[in-house]
Amino acid sequence: MKILRPTITYLLLIMTAVIVFFPVVYAFLISFMSGAELLQGKFIPESFHLENYQKAFERLPLAHYLWNSFFVSTVVMLGQLIVSALAAYAFVFIPFKGRNIVFFIFISTMMIPWEATMIPNFLTIQQLDWINNYQSLTIPFFAIAFGTFLLRQHFLTIPKELKEASDIAGLRSFKFFWKVVIPYCRTSFVTLGAYGFLTTWNMYLWPLLVTNNDQVRTVQIGLKQLQTQEMASEWGVVMAGVIIVIIPTLILLFLGQKQLQKGLAQGALK
Amino acid sequence: MKSTAELQEKSVTKIDTKWRFIYWRSAILYLLPSIILFSVFLFYPLGKTLYLSFFLTDQQGNANVFVGLENYQYILQAESFHKSIKATILFVLYTVPTGVIISLFLALLANEKIKGVGIFRTIYSSTMGISVAASAVVWLFIFHPSMGILNQLITSIGGTSIDWLLHPNWALVSVSVTTIWMNIGFSFLIILGGLQNIDDHLYESARISGASYFYQLRRITIPMLSPTLFFVITVSLINAFQTFGQVDILTQGGPSESTNLIVYSIYREAFVNYQFGTASAQSIFLFICILIVTILQFKFGERKVHYQ
Repeated sequence: MKILRPTITYLLLIMTAVIVFFPVVYAFLISFMSGAELLQGKFIPESFHLENYQKAFERLPLAHYLWNSFFVSTVVMLGQLIVSALAAYAFVFIPFKGRNIVFFIFISTMMIPWEATMIPNFLTIQQLDWINNYQSLTIPFFAIAFGTFLLRQHFLTIPKELKEASDIAGLRSFKFFWKVVIPYCRTSFVTLGAYGFLTTWNMYLWPLLVTNNDQVRTVQIGLKQLQTQEMASEWGVVMAGVIIVIIPTLILLFLGQKQLQKGLAQGALK
Repeated sequence: MKSTAELQEKSVTKIDTKWRFIYWRSAILYLLPSIILFSVFLFYPLGKTLYLSFFLTDQQGNANVFVGLENYQYILQAESFHKSIKATILFVLYTVPTGVIISLFLALLANEKIKGVGIFRTIYSSTMGISVAASAVVWLFIFHPSMGILNQLITSIGGTSIDWLLHPNWALVSVSVTTIWMNIGFSFLIILGGLQNIDDHLYESARISGASYFYQLRRITIPMLSPTLFFVITVSLINAFQTFGQVDILTQGGPSESTNLIVYSIYREAFVNYQFGTASAQSIFLFICILIVTILQFKFGERKVHYQ
């Protein structure tokens, strides 16, 4: 019994891990195959050459798309951190009247599906002449109720004495924020940052609407382009594109998995 | 004496109102960025969507003719919208329960205290780092009629290959499988976090009294985990209603509109057919659906949830 249970656990862990990770491994293997190899129905490529990757970069300005995605995701991440932190600070440290009502309105915005607002938003962006512009991909996403909520929950755990002491010491709000709040709530900032970066990097519908040339187009839309162009003939090239797109976020996830798990669980439960 | 007391009171209220004003002013400064952004990109467009849903519009999205509730009448009678609703409901039923159960199973496995479990946690959560577009493209090939691994496996054991994405009955299942896979990472991470928050003492005393694994699961783990499960179910439900990318890459809503989920339907109505009025009516419909689901969840779900 004592040996049996770990054995069963390991068996189940390995089996499920193989199934869950299979699509990624599959895409990786295909990214090295030529069209002929695929037609023969092979599973393991004959050699690991980088021809498909080279082709993927030749067919599309993939490097430029990658840069666009990286830039947009970073800007949204920073914007969300700043805007959410400001709001959360007001909700926790400033005892203004009507605080609960305003907070409730903030939280209730989480119930508005973004898709229900996308038509007027698209029209607004058109009127502002922000089509094919970085602004349209970043600014609308700076305010995020989830982020305010997550940070507020963590700010609330800061001992009152710290705030009082800093008031007596005459620290300005900004200094208190910089010296006390940020170090104290680092996990939540990292969680929200990683979350913001991941979701922006993976955004699909909005970039599809507001970009129609290569200028600011993100890598996700590039992937769709690649897939529609190359589908008939060269799946290897398409899969090379997939691998290129998922590597940055996978690395980010592997590095921040523990933080993300802790932070998200906190936000979900409190 | 009386007058000094009065005076004091007056100055206190004066200071009070002064502080109240200062608090207000600084609070507004801190909240201003959020308030402006929410107003411009959330509240205003929500109102505008409602407004547009009562109008016929031109190709630029300007409201032209007021038609009252006709857009709503039109979509509620249109066969294609019925199909879209049916597909969306089926999709929710296919993806939410299965996804949550699979993630719970994986989280229970990965919560065992054994060597090397970290690698498995990383693998299970990995799908969270894979974008909609990338996932859908990979699964598009897995479902490929001749070269895809699924049909290759089926034919190699002597079966006849299946038209995963081309048959109306299979297409929605295929999109659902893709979606479940994509969502495993997030649900798994949240549930694992919930499991790790459960107090170890509870299990210790159960073990001492000789309770079996499944008894512990039923009597300790699931009840203690209920707030987390509740959260995961709500998020999965809302996500299912908002599905777009998989449909766009895998099926474009076809075959014969069997995978034309509601957001895809809105997208086509607005940005392919330029019918912003009816598209807005559909958007309001989506908004109300999500509102009802969230309210129902909180009303009925909350009662069955056990908080620590």
